[in-house]
Amino acid sequence: MTLAAHFAVRRPEHTTVMDLDADRGEVIGLIGPNGAGKSTTLRALAGLLAVSDGEIRLNGTVVASSTHHTPAHQRRVGLVFQEHLLFPHLSVTDNVAFGPRARGQTRTQSRAQALGWLERLGVESLATRKPGELSGGQAQRVSIARALAGDPAMLLLDEPTAALDAAGAMSLRSQLRRHLREFGGVSIVVTHTALDAMVLTDRLVVLDGGSIVQAGTPADVAAHPRTLHVAALVGLNLVRGDAHDGVIRFADGTAIAASQRLTGPAFATFSPAAVSLFSSAPVGSPRNIWAGKVTSVAPHGDAVRVQVQTATTLLADITPAALAALDLRPGSPIWASVKATEVTIYPV
Amino acid sequence: MSSEDALRQSWPPLRLTAPALVALGFLVIPLVAVVLRVPWSSFVSDLASTGARNALWLSLVTSSISAGLCLLFGVPLAWLLARTQFRGRSLLRAAVTLPLVLPPVVGGVALLLAFGREGLIGRWLDTWFGVTIPFTAAAVVLAQTFVALPFLVISVEGAFRASDERYDDAAATLGASRWLTFRRVTLPLAMPGVFSGAVLSWARALGEFGATITFAGNFPGTTRTMPTEVYLALNSDPGSAIALSMVLILVSIVVLSLLRERWLTGVSV
Repeated sequence: MTLAAHFAVRRPEHTTVMDLDADRGEVIGLIGPNGAGKSTTLRALAGLLAVSDGEIRLNGTVVASSTHHTPAHQRRVGLVFQEHLLFPHLSVTDNVAFGPRARGQTRTQSRAQALGWLERLGVESLATRKPGELSGGQAQRVSIARALAGDPAMLLLDEPTAALDAAGAMSLRSQLRRHLREFGGVSIVVTHTALDAMVLTDRLVVLDGGSIVQAGTPADVAAHPRTLHVAALVGLNLVRGDAHDGVIRFADGTAIAASQRLTGPAFATFSPAAVSLFSSAPVGSPRNIWAGKVTSVAPHGDAVRVQVQTATTLLADITPAALAALDLRPGSPIWASVKATEVTIYPV
Repeated sequence: MSSEDALRQSWPPLRLTAPALVALGFLVIPLVAVVLRVPWSSFVSDLASTGARNALWLSLVTSSISAGLCLLFGVPLAWLLARTQFRGRSLLRAAVTLPLVLPPVVGGVALLLAFGREGLIGRWLDTWFGVTIPFTAAAVVLAQTFVALPFLVISVEGAFRASDERYDDAAATLGASRWLTFRRVTLPLAMPGVFSGAVLSWARALGEFGATITFAGNFPGTTRTMPTEVYLALNSDPGSAIALSMVLILVSIVVLSLLRERWLTGVSV
């Protein structure tokens, strides 16, 4: 294993526990809400934070344990920040040459290497500029070049596309994908966007409340989310209840039928598009129906996304025509229903 | 509504403007009085007198050395205060700031008790090295450094704090030790603050009177600095005193204009 990270960071306010192994060339995605422990994990891996228990091994060497701390500058771990953090007083070339220079190469060697990396990232024409003269996308490319020029064994990226507009993020994402594939070490990407997670990573690790709650391929995690955060990221409704004979019952007494047979604690997911809304209680089967209140109405692509507060929060995508017919506004009473065939259930 | 109407409407109340004008006059009129009394015809010859020339030269040299010492020792202290965490740091900062509010005469007495022949440290300097500091040019430098150092430390610490600490993190992940990070990232980013700190401490050293005269005395040529010369000349040779005062006012104006962007408008990064 290139990376074996099994450690805990204990702070008065929160504790982060991490169990992660990764091989050369793997790209791991870390997702989770704010405060889930993503930044703590990155800082501990980079050597900017000491671990309380356990250890971190990088290429077989212990770089952190409760008794040992290899400082960041001796760790060969590259870090790409959300706001690029290029040194504002140095030119683009000198920023990228900073790593090789700090690791003892001559000025000429470092600059030659820097230019090589700038070329690979397609930003060699910016070599003489100062960071203040770059667009967000350009600056982030330079900062990736800077991190890679340090010849890291592991590359950490903290929301690399978050500061960019949609088009800029898309183009950086596809370029980043290529470079992470070519990079020989382990890459770890912290992200808040489903696209980054899907496009960039081989494996997703979902954090919540300071520990791992789910891990798997991006496709698997997206199809079977276990936290509301991930469900919201991939745009699914997620509810948790007790399954028995194809029916999941929830704490509030409601129930939904699903097409799969399963027994025990279970998650149920369904797309917002599968949810229908009614302004009065629909007649017929009482299953798969929730009574609630509208909490927000917002455009979503060609549809309108309505957030309904029942025992949980549900999302429903309806047509603008339906919105007009239902006369919805925040606070309106509403009934929501979903067809059994649209619900996926899986064990907790 | 015309701009004139707007002006009249927003004219501040007299109860505030009247005391404000008194304050302004109080600060400006004395300086104007100096300018009006400057014997312009003999200005150059007044400054060229041996006493004035010696004082001018001594002040320029000692305050420059003081500013240099402040930089050499104050910048690291500012870094320590801004970038490390240890118990009693706030106490340390209070100790650093104390000379700012301490009457300079008391500073001079304290320096005597520390570096005087019978002093805490001076005793050893005397017996081991045969070095006596009080009433020498070195004492002038020490007195000026004592009062000027807090200005530099506070200015530079503010600049270190204002610059994003994550730049230091970025440098560390690129393989830079803390020293290299300081040299190539932290210090260059704090340069405006270092500059204004240096200018401020130089100006403070140049104007130092109380600590200097207490700790260093006023021997012409070795410890009689400009402020002391002004004070003494006021009785014997008022023309020279006024001319020297005018020089100090001009220096202050130059310092102020140097700092205008960097200090008065807040810390720039």
